[in-house]
Amino acid sequence: SGNPYAGLVSRLRAAWLSGKTRPMEYRVAQLEALGRFLDEKKQDVMEATALDMGKPPFEAEFSEIALCKNELHEALNNLSHWMKDKHVDKNLATQLDSAFIRKDPYGVVLIIAPWNYPVNLLLRPLIGAIAAGNCVVIKPSEMTKNTERLMAEALPSYLDKDCFAVVTAGTQETTRLLENKFDYIFFTGSPSVGRIVMTAAAKHLTPVTLELGGKNPCYVSDTCDVQNVARRVAWGRFFNAGQTCVAPDYVLCSTDMQEKLLPPLRKAITEFFGPNPQESPDFARMAGDKQFQRVQTLLRSGRVAIGGQTDEKERYIAPTVLVDLQPSDPVMQEEIFGPILPIVTVANIDEAIDFINSHERPLVVYAFSSDDKVVNQVLDRTSSGGFCSNDTLMHVSLTSLPFGGIGNSGLGKYHGRFSFDAFTHHRGCLYRSMGREALNAPRYPPYSQQKLRIVQTAARVKRKDTCALL
Amino acid sequence: QPSFEAYFSEILLCKNELNNTLNNLSHWMKDENAGKNLVTQLDSAFIRKDPYGVVLIIAPWNYPINLFLVPLIGAIAAGNCVVVKPSETAKSTERLVAEMLSCYLDNDCFAVVTAGVQETTRLLENKFDYIFFTGSTSVGRIIMTAAAKHLTPITLELGGKNPCYVSDTCDVQNVARRVAWGRFFNAGQTCIAPDYVLCSVEMQEKLMPALREAITEFFGPNPQESPDFGRIVGDKQFRRIRALLCSGRVAIGGQTDEKERYIAPTVLADVLPSDPAMQEEIFGPILPIVVVANMDEAIDFINARPQPLVIYAFSCDSKVVNQVLDRTSSGGFCGNDTLMHVTLTSLPFGGIGNSGLGKYHSKFTFDTFTHHRGCLYRSMGREALNAPRYPPYSQQKLGLLTATFEIKRKGMCTLL
Repeated sequence: SGNPYAGLVSRLRAAWLSGKTRPMEYRVAQLEALGRFLDEKKQDVMEATALDMGKPPFEAEFSEIALCKNELHEALNNLSHWMKDKHVDKNLATQLDSAFIRKDPYGVVLIIAPWNYPVNLLLRPLIGAIAAGNCVVIKPSEMTKNTERLMAEALPSYLDKDCFAVVTAGTQETTRLLENKFDYIFFTGSPSVGRIVMTAAAKHLTPVTLELGGKNPCYVSDTCDVQNVARRVAWGRFFNAGQTCVAPDYVLCSTDMQEKLLPPLRKAITEFFGPNPQESPDFARMAGDKQFQRVQTLLRSGRVAIGGQTDEKERYIAPTVLVDLQPSDPVMQEEIFGPILPIVTVANIDEAIDFINSHERPLVVYAFSSDDKVVNQVLDRTSSGGFCSNDTLMHVSLTSLPFGGIGNSGLGKYHGRFSFDAFTHHRGCLYRSMGREALNAPRYPPYSQQKLRIVQTAARVKRKDTCALL
Repeated sequence: QPSFEAYFSEILLCKNELNNTLNNLSHWMKDENAGKNLVTQLDSAFIRKDPYGVVLIIAPWNYPINLFLVPLIGAIAAGNCVVVKPSETAKSTERLVAEMLSCYLDNDCFAVVTAGVQETTRLLENKFDYIFFTGSTSVGRIIMTAAAKHLTPITLELGGKNPCYVSDTCDVQNVARRVAWGRFFNAGQTCIAPDYVLCSVEMQEKLMPALREAITEFFGPNPQESPDFGRIVGDKQFRRIRALLCSGRVAIGGQTDEKERYIAPTVLADVLPSDPAMQEEIFGPILPIVVVANMDEAIDFINARPQPLVIYAFSCDSKVVNQVLDRTSSGGFCGNDTLMHVTLTSLPFGGIGNSGLGKYHSKFTFDTFTHHRGCLYRSMGREALNAPRYPPYSQQKLGLLTATFEIKRKGMCTLL
């Protein structure tokens, strides 16, 4: 029997070939419909994410609605500019010609979204895919059932069903889905599934963007404002109960700094969530029993300095700080993706940098220091998807910065203009004249030294004078 | 390869890339400042250009210097260490590269590996931070599958059958000369050569004498004696291409000489889609002509097949050229000429679908081998600005937060 999704993909491909998604007016209409979805379904999004992982409405409104609207407005404000043919420099031989980059859509693209920001991490790529003129198969996460149902039921009534389809699928069905040929695949999830997606894509030579994860180190130097650092790190760690791909995963600092950090961390957690975080309406829960159990196991690492309480019925894990860790501890073996902050002590910045460089390249490296030179060193001597100094999470709020990983944390980038470019094939085009054949004469056989000299002059790029003053 | 062709494609074009890179390197390497929103107004936001690390470049045999050197220039410019694997099929060049390159480059950071198919498979088991491959579609799949194990980003410059649509409104002599040039350069062993012509039956009639004339202008009455016409790189390729001659009707050429691996500049007429010459990328000096009724049929023909590296369209009518561009998909496109788009270092060069993924040449090569790292530098102080984001949450805080992060929809203007 054939592939269960073959019919769907071929239907979308027919819509793609009809050219329906290409005019700017069409793309604008679909994007505006997404805007209406975000406005009209805001309450539903907040309810679904609250049910799925106890996401506080403030966090849902900010991360799942407001940040998506930003992306939408960015696309709508710039679409005509992004879509235009981009004219490029010409050499002597092509001076009278027209040379430009045409922004072609890829065709039928697949977006696979994760469960932690199930609306944001589905809509943000989708906005780029639509802006770039593609047809899209959308696969929300099956882990967050309420949001999945909302997307499957509501989204199709806003978008053109000929060109956009939502597919609900578990692991098995997703494997079958991936057997089909897509013209682009955008995947957000774990590195291990990222490998599976890329291997499936390889069969069809399908280009991919993989937004994966890792352990994001957070270096805290001895020169800093401890209270501010504690607040900013705690915020990044405990937002969405730690289920954030750019959350600070662990702290690297000296033993002195560890001592100094604990009281302000305790204070920040109490400021945020009160004396009993389980009662705070502003602290989320683990998204599923499997997640809860996995994260709970990680608590058996080092010593619990703050928090450590759990409640299986609510899938609650308290905002926790662990100290006295060994690199071999469970919490240091995998991305935590929960509200646990381990502190690993190092002698100095060099040891911190060596520690970071001896592990897989993360999605982001954080460095806290009042001393610019320290921050610069960490940036210069490490490699990561992105980087933020003296704060956490904030770099992803800027649509002007490319967002993506490197190595195990991913490949490709998006947000803002980079989303449009991710889903666009940049087609190099040259329009020459049917006449002016005399200009072409030197290139034709029979070859001669004289012809070679002329060709050289017409096509050559010279080395500019090197100037010692720069 | 005739020395003129070698000089042009293997030396001149490489020097262009080199000079372009040297002229612009300091600018390309710089941190690129990025726009900020209200909340980050006082911060520093920029894109850092980081090298990937240790990259692998695998080159093919048809332009054995150009197709490893141009990627290598970008990889070095971007700050990487490089393993270069030249093609084992072009043995003399392979030996040259292996022996000579180490005299010019730092042996600590750059290495040349000579490897056949088996050894290349073993090479690919290692983790590289980027892989740049030029070659066939089928091997491209193998490379990407190997890269997937390590989540290694890749550029694949592959191939396909590049269609060449010739409309009824054109200067037949100029078209014939330009198409013949593109097809027979390097005896057809060019990934962007026009692979086959699509035109009306009338145009096929008109093209034939013009093509015959162009070939004689280029190579004389007996091309086998011309110093300006290449040979097929190996016996295997020779036999493969020779087998394609049983397609349609030989209208021009068709002679072969196995000893010299010579295949005459050949034009096949009345070729059918089912013919051997239409089943694979020709990569030899054979130009099939496939007759279509009109432009729409030509476009449908192109779209029914895998996306090629380039589409060519010849017409005096710019509307025709525009239509072909608008209604098809390909790596690149050139109107009213062949090959020339790749001489412009300002145009991205790459495929789509079966013809490849990624792009390069000049700045695009630098960007290919560069990780664009989004960076935000904030202040240790100014904590008051952050207050609205912290719990305990409130509507008032949400309002403030939204205001400082917000991107508004600009007023819509119907005049564009």
